[in-house]
Amino acid sequence: MNKTAEEAGTLAKAAASVQAGHESKIAATNVSVFYGEKQALFDVSIDIPARQVMAFIGPSGCGKSTFLRCINRMNDTIDICRVTGTIEIDGADIYDPKIDPVLLRARVGMVFQKPNPFPKSIYDNIAYGPRIHGVAKNGSAMDEIVETSLSRAGLWKEVKDRLNEPGTGLSGGQQQRLCIARAIAVNPDVILMDEPCSALDPIATAKVEELIDELRQHYTIVIVTHSMQQAARVSQKAAFFHLGNLIEVDETEKVFTNPTDKRTQDYITGRFG
Amino acid sequence: MSDTTSQSGKAKVRAWYEPDAKLSRRHSADKRLRAYGIAAIIFALSMLATLVGTIAITAAPAVTQTMVTLEVEVPEGAVDPSDPRGGSYQRILNDSIMRIFPEVDTPREKRELRKLFSNGGQYALRDKVVDDPSLIGRTFDVTFPLADIGDQLHKGVIDRNLPPDYRRVSDMQIGWYDRLVEQGRISAPLNWGMIFNADSRFPELAGLWGALVGSFYALLICFFVSFPVGISAAVYLEEFAPKNRLTDLIEVNINNLAAVPSIVFGLLGLAVFLNFFGMPRSAPIVGGLVLSLMTLPTIIIATRAALKAVPPSIREAAIGVGASRMQTVGHHVLPLAMPGIMTGTIIGLAQALGETAPLLLIGMNAFITAAPDSMFNPSTALPTQIYIWADSPERGFTSRTSAAIIVLLGFLVCMNAIAIYMRKRFERRW
Ligand SMILES: Nc1ncnc2c1ncn2[C@@H]1O[C@H](COP(=O)(O)OP(=O)(O)OP(=O)(O)O)[C@@H](O)[C@H]1O
Ligand SMILES: [Mg+2]
Repeated sequence: MNKTAEEAGTLAKAAASVQAGHESKIAATNVSVFYGEKQALFDVSIDIPARQVMAFIGPSGCGKSTFLRCINRMNDTIDICRVTGTIEIDGADIYDPKIDPVLLRARVGMVFQKPNPFPKSIYDNIAYGPRIHGVAKNGSAMDEIVETSLSRAGLWKEVKDRLNEPGTGLSGGQQQRLCIARAIAVNPDVILMDEPCSALDPIATAKVEELIDELRQHYTIVIVTHSMQQAARVSQKAAFFHLGNLIEVDETEKVFTNPTDKRTQDYITGRFG
Repeated sequence: MSDTTSQSGKAKVRAWYEPDAKLSRRHSADKRLRAYGIAAIIFALSMLATLVGTIAITAAPAVTQTMVTLEVEVPEGAVDPSDPRGGSYQRILNDSIMRIFPEVDTPREKRELRKLFSNGGQYALRDKVVDDPSLIGRTFDVTFPLADIGDQLHKGVIDRNLPPDYRRVSDMQIGWYDRLVEQGRISAPLNWGMIFNADSRFPELAGLWGALVGSFYALLICFFVSFPVGISAAVYLEEFAPKNRLTDLIEVNINNLAAVPSIVFGLLGLAVFLNFFGMPRSAPIVGGLVLSLMTLPTIIIATRAALKAVPPSIREAAIGVGASRMQTVGHHVLPLAMPGIMTGTIIGLAQALGETAPLLLIGMNAFITAAPDSMFNPSTALPTQIYIWADSPERGFTSRTSAAIIVLLGFLVCMNAIAIYMRKRFERRW
């Protein structure tokens, strides 16, 4: 308990130092990832600015998801996966043995490709995170967290009368926003999204994109997407990956209109991918 | 050259929808296969029907028990009211019987006559008096079973038209029996004793209660040992264990364990639980432990399958909001896998219920005339009781054996039905 409080303290202090402007929230240096013998990422170094949307683009299998999952140590769950290099969030190395991945994942939320609500009520879907982290007990405090999370995810109006119905009964787009609300409920700084719209229809996609744009005020967002249009619409910065290498990172506009690397240009103009 | 073109030209005359030889061969092969399948099912069903039918027909006589009702006089002084258990009820009952058949006087004839009535009569009488001591000094009706020969005679299993040397009842006994029928003393109510009596040497008194209680205790032990252990093992192997040589070896061995003949588990139980730990012979606790060894692999395999069926996205979701691995399993994966686990467990227990060989080895086929008070007392189990009865020569045990088989099958069918219902009811589609 003591240890976690201390960790939270250092993280918060570091957070204060980058409060002003769009300083770096996440700083990765020389990150390499191996799946067994096979290397999937090669010396990736990147700074991800606070309170902006960073898009990862690149052809299939280039390691976007792999890198994204390094940021909340989701790769820990894969036995054969090994990560080298450092990733710092607010100046603290998240692969430091002192850091508890459970606490990290409360700070770095994740939204997956396929909406994956728990087969429980809408309320419990949101309340689960705060409950296990001891943020709030059941009761009015929890009700408030549920309401604010759902409101921020733009879902409150649609579900406020059916909080006790199962989350799996919502439409695909609503489910995905429920998952975003679930991530928000534990009060993270960073939200990682791995192709969050690839299972949604255009209208649901538009809603989620709109939501991402609003969330940018409060959260640092990293999104993996295969849609160039989506990257252009929602992100301020874009990073292009190719065969496990980070080729180019820049303002989204620059990457799309005036890329420095030939491979980036080929990819965004649709010559491969 | 021109030949072949004219031939292929002719062949083309056939319209596209006309089947060629190959197609009809394919269709007839289909039909043949379907016929084989149906024939196989009919064969299997008819075997099953024959089996169940034979057992049911054999069991039918055991549905009722032939009883006789006598007026019994308990003379004042024959029983001490302060200790009604101590009375000589055998003599009192004999006197009442003799009053009905005054002409019987030689000791040989008396013995013959006595054979018509069950030895359980004195206990029925005793229980009545113990329940109500005011009966002492009065005359009242007592109903108790006829002995096996009387029972068989009543049910027509013994053919009275056979010559006397070929049947187990003498002409004299038939005469006495007919007199009892004339006097309206014979009745044949439903045979509840078959369920609620403990075992006995006399078929008309033998029942399944001891075996039912024994099986219940054994299954209880089996469940409380194999369910938690099986789930823990499966959760560890499926969710936490690293994938390496050792866990592969364990996995292979668990699958092998499921295929080990049950008698081997019995030998193991005999060597370990009885000889090494010195646990009581014939006790349901030992039976339960041995059965749990057999049920364990079934539960582990079913649990692992159920855990595998929970989609990884649920685990990711839980881990993604910061649940620890234990919380992920405890809060999400295990509850979702529970219906599958329960189904597997019930099927495992059903197998255990029918298992005979290991129980024989640890002595659960002993002859025990009282239901066990606890799981440490000697007892039989349903399958071993069937085994004992099947081995007994009296005619009455033939039908009782079949009836006991039907009781066992009934339990098995119920358990499997519950398992199927749970699978259907709680099955999730992802
Ligand atoms: N669990 C795993 N075990 C082994 N190799 C993996 C695993 N996950 C990913 N890889 C490999 O790592 C490389 C990068 O995969 P990753 O999923 O990061 O690609 P991606 O850029 O997200 O692709 P996509 O756009 O198709 O989602 C691929 O070659 C993939 O085969
Ligand atoms: Mg991916």
